[in-house]
Amino acid sequence: MTALADPPIVEARRDGERSLVVAFAVMVALLVVGPFVVYPVFLMQALCFALFACAFNLLVGYVGLLSFGHALFFGWASYLCAHAAKRWGFPPEAAVLFGTLSGAVLGLVAGSIAIRRQGIYFAMITLALAQMMYFVAVRAPFTGGEDGIQDVPRGHLFGVFDLSHEMTMYVFILVMVLASFLFIYRIINSPFGEVLKAIRENEPRAISLGYNTDRYKLCAFVLSATLAGLAGALKALVFQLASLTDVYWTMSGEVVLMTLVGGLGTVFGPVVGAFLIVAMENYLAQFGQWVLVIQGVIFVACVLVFRRGIVGELAHALGVRL
Amino acid sequence: MPRRSALYALTDNADNGSGWGKRVPGDTVLETEDLTKDFAGFVAVRAVNLRVARGAIHAMIGPNGAGKTTCFNLLSKFLSPTRGRIVFDGRDITALRPAEVARLGLVRSFQISAVFPHLTVLENVRIALQRRRGGSFDFWRGKSVLRTLDERAGVLLADVGLAAYAHVPAVQLPYGRKRALEIATTIALDPQMLLLDEPMSGMGREDIERISALIKSLAVHRTVLMVEHNLSVVANLCDRITVLSRGEVLAEGDYRTVSADPAVREAYLGTGHA
Repeated sequence: MTALADPPIVEARRDGERSLVVAFAVMVALLVVGPFVVYPVFLMQALCFALFACAFNLLVGYVGLLSFGHALFFGWASYLCAHAAKRWGFPPEAAVLFGTLSGAVLGLVAGSIAIRRQGIYFAMITLALAQMMYFVAVRAPFTGGEDGIQDVPRGHLFGVFDLSHEMTMYVFILVMVLASFLFIYRIINSPFGEVLKAIRENEPRAISLGYNTDRYKLCAFVLSATLAGLAGALKALVFQLASLTDVYWTMSGEVVLMTLVGGLGTVFGPVVGAFLIVAMENYLAQFGQWVLVIQGVIFVACVLVFRRGIVGELAHALGVRL
Repeated sequence: MPRRSALYALTDNADNGSGWGKRVPGDTVLETEDLTKDFAGFVAVRAVNLRVARGAIHAMIGPNGAGKTTCFNLLSKFLSPTRGRIVFDGRDITALRPAEVARLGLVRSFQISAVFPHLTVLENVRIALQRRRGGSFDFWRGKSVLRTLDERAGVLLADVGLAAYAHVPAVQLPYGRKRALEIATTIALDPQMLLLDEPMSGMGREDIERISALIKSLAVHRTVLMVEHNLSVVANLCDRITVLSRGEVLAEGDYRTVSADPAVREAYLGTGHA
């Protein structure tokens, strides 16, 4: 019997929590100062994608389910929020709620079908379902086809706060995204989250302990889809636009990219990844199609060199949780 | 509170709670009838009639490819039988799902050690305790509610000699300790019956002795059915042995009967060498 060299360090866990608190404080500070330095719409866009990537990471990073169809929830929630706000005259909070719930319902349907398969088949089914709904979006009259739904009114939040003010809108988005971020953190650190991690680590063993793993996976899928829906709904209000780009498969690919670059299964990775990718798209826009090539190179570099993603590598180097 | 052995704690539980402790040892706890698994023409398990007595340590042995693991997969419902019936504790479980079978108290282990590698040793055991606690869908609660399980997890770990490793990720444990962890996790469910698939495979002699002693102490209050290749372990540990060969039961009985059986010698050593 080989004995372990050192006795276990019980304090490690507590230090891990501290690093998360510090990182969260830094993130909030940057986001509070941010709009005075950078263009607020850019920050809001990045925040929406950060939430989208966090929702995606909940599934792939903590349950081990790689969905390649998350644009379905993001894009359709965006359409339905825009439709509710523009044509039905919903106030922003109700429109966002409506979009979010539509993400939940779509997640329930798509998840019930997809979790029956594993690995690459799971990814393929989610992709197929998302593409099917993309073509519905192309054809359905209410989505406006190629034009999308334009001039979506931001309205007055709770009838009081005028969201057409950029800063008011920014605060609204920031609060929603931070609250969702904390909610996701709570999910992965709940009794439910513990079971999810067990399923990721060894599903047959989790089954043999008496867990009905399909139900846990479905529940996680619905939570992820709901939060992806929230991200899509918020984005519709930020840009006052819902368009085909958001339901197309490239959007599903982009969220995979953001999560991988930032760090799969890390708490802050998806946020960092989202900001980086969105920044590249904005600030490298002058290079036109070359943005895709640059993205491709970064992606390849990440897979080859930074296997854990930016935040994952950082956390590993510092020996903390991030 | 003085530290008590987990095994005693479990016995108390059984006597007050589920009631299975009152049942007569020696009656049949697990029975199969004509159990058959046909993989598209290849019959891996053929018409196996198995009876496992309550409280026994029952071994299933046989050469490679005899269908032992398939049998285990059928019993734990990870595979569905082509034909036949499985009755556990007086209840037909043939149509149940694997998680349901586990919840009835028939819990399996795996041939390759089945731990949750990136969870700590303590968390591994806690996952099992958490299932019995309930509330595992509570995604809005902090996991600090699980701390009430830590004390019990600590007792279980101490019983398998892992108390010092509680906060080590399971992946860092040496092989023998992983198997011990796996057993602690299984016992955390307080199962009526354990299916152990080669619990000593790949272990050194010292580990084998420790795990043997552990299995023996477990079987005082529950039934164990195990697949094992190490015949000296089987001889020392098991009350009854079923020999499988090419998917069929070749012989059954205690070690002496089985080892004297010419058909068993032939299956193990091949014709002409018997």
